[in-house]
Amino acid sequence: MAIGIKVMKRPGGQASYLRATLKGMALTFSHLWRPKVTMQYPEEKSSKDWTLSPRWRGTHRMLTDEQGRAKCVACGLCPQICPANCIKLVPGEDEHGNRYPLIYEIDEFRCVFCGYCQEVCPEEAIHVGVHYENAEYSRDRFVYDLERLCAQTHPVSTLWDPSDPKGE
Amino acid sequence: MTFFLVSSVIKIIVVFTVIMVGVALLTLAERRICAWMQDRLGPNRVGPQGLLQPAADGLKNLLKEETLPAQADKVLFLLAPAMSFVPALLTFAVIPFATPLPTPWGDVEMVVANLPVGFLYILAFGSLGVYGIVLAGWASNNKYSLLGGLRASAQMISYEIAMGMSTVAVLLLAGNVRLSEVVARQAQSIWFVFPLSLAYFLFIVAAFAETNRLPFDLPEAEGELIAGYHTEYSAMKFSMFYIAEYSNMVTASALMTTLFFGGWDIPFTHWDNTPPWSPLKTVLTLGMFSLKVIGFLFVYIWVRWTLPRFRYDQLMALGWKVMLPLALAYVTVIATAIWILHEQLGWTYGTRFALALFGLNVLLAIPLFFVLDRGRIVAGSVAEERA
Repeated sequence: MAIGIKVMKRPGGQASYLRATLKGMALTFSHLWRPKVTMQYPEEKSSKDWTLSPRWRGTHRMLTDEQGRAKCVACGLCPQICPANCIKLVPGEDEHGNRYPLIYEIDEFRCVFCGYCQEVCPEEAIHVGVHYENAEYSRDRFVYDLERLCAQTHPVSTLWDPSDPKGE
Repeated sequence: MTFFLVSSVIKIIVVFTVIMVGVALLTLAERRICAWMQDRLGPNRVGPQGLLQPAADGLKNLLKEETLPAQADKVLFLLAPAMSFVPALLTFAVIPFATPLPTPWGDVEMVVANLPVGFLYILAFGSLGVYGIVLAGWASNNKYSLLGGLRASAQMISYEIAMGMSTVAVLLLAGNVRLSEVVARQAQSIWFVFPLSLAYFLFIVAAFAETNRLPFDLPEAEGELIAGYHTEYSAMKFSMFYIAEYSNMVTASALMTTLFFGGWDIPFTHWDNTPPWSPLKTVLTLGMFSLKVIGFLFVYIWVRWTLPRFRYDQLMALGWKVMLPLALAYVTVIATAIWILHEQLGWTYGTRFALALFGLNVLLAIPLFFVLDRGRIVAGSVAEERA
């Protein structure tokens, strides 16, 4: 035996292979009949054991006011805070002096889904969404423009509240 | 002669088709049963309950790219899948799977070839299967594949001896190596699993090793050898190894059924094994045979998803230090017992004879399970002996 090799002391007298095998087989056999944990995904998207968390931060959604216009006032806080620099905002101003976004685009590929844009937004306009089915056929479809952000219908994230860490 | 040729060709085609379809379904059964044992559902998307999954797999394997390693020995590399595939299917030829089928031209025996040397033929072709694996490992020119091939040869040769020894007892009782005679002897009274329980136990362990199934799947050993001998194979050639493995399982299960569980015999009745033959009897006995084979196939899958793999030295120690001496001792004891019962007391094989031997088996099982199994069977690793 080479130096430094740890030799395991194995139990001799009470160890058994045959009985252990039979025990193991009884266990696996009993598992045949147990309820299965598999969720059949496309048909079944949540179960009583698992749902998507309300704090989930997925692809964005822009909320709109009663007239269907984006709530965004083009203050520029979200592109300022965005750590991934994925928000492109060009502000515009109408005849009443109200600011609105001329161009508002989010590159979902660059986005790191930190949710800072939602936290920083003074108008509660931009939100990260509780949503994860984002497949597209081409890469340029992942730059969401304002129209598309407003058209999203999925629920928005509640984010994490430091004063209520468990979400109660 | 024409009748013989035509009926043989039909039987070959039918048996081949049934085995191939059975193997395909077996891959699905394996995946679904293992999933159930792990509290999952398994493949259930393709067709009802996933029944078309094997077809999808087959299609995928046919369409995948065939790869050929640059340094491989081309001839042997291409030959190896066939070498493991063919013997796996050939062995089924001598197994009787139902009572003879009466036709207007005469009775058709429900066995592809009722060879007088049936059992010896199976042993011979069973050992041929190792060539495919060894050649695959060698021809791949890959050190892991070669190790897999080496392990396969060592393992199969080691366990073949124990397997042959454990079946000697069956042949002693049956008095014949023709498998239809072995079945007939069991159909008359009691299945050989009762008078020869321990032989059956040794046989099933050796059969697991012979078919390279867990806990003896060292030639593949994904974790250490990255699938061993078939690492370099792709597409249909890879598939052929799988078909070979599963056909081997089918044949081993059929062999267990034939040697120990009365073949096509329906238990507790005698009307099924006495002439006149009728198509109904053929269908019923065929169903019984299939049921038994499916049962053993389930045991194969069941054990695979229960036990971890042996270490290589444990495998060799079990084969040579435990299985072989046990099988030898068992044959000696059983042969003596049969000699006493048959020659000295003048009994012939029947219920009384079988029960006497069964009692002997129970007596022998006590030291086996309560003394030998107390850490003496597989714990005999090198480390412990030095310690």
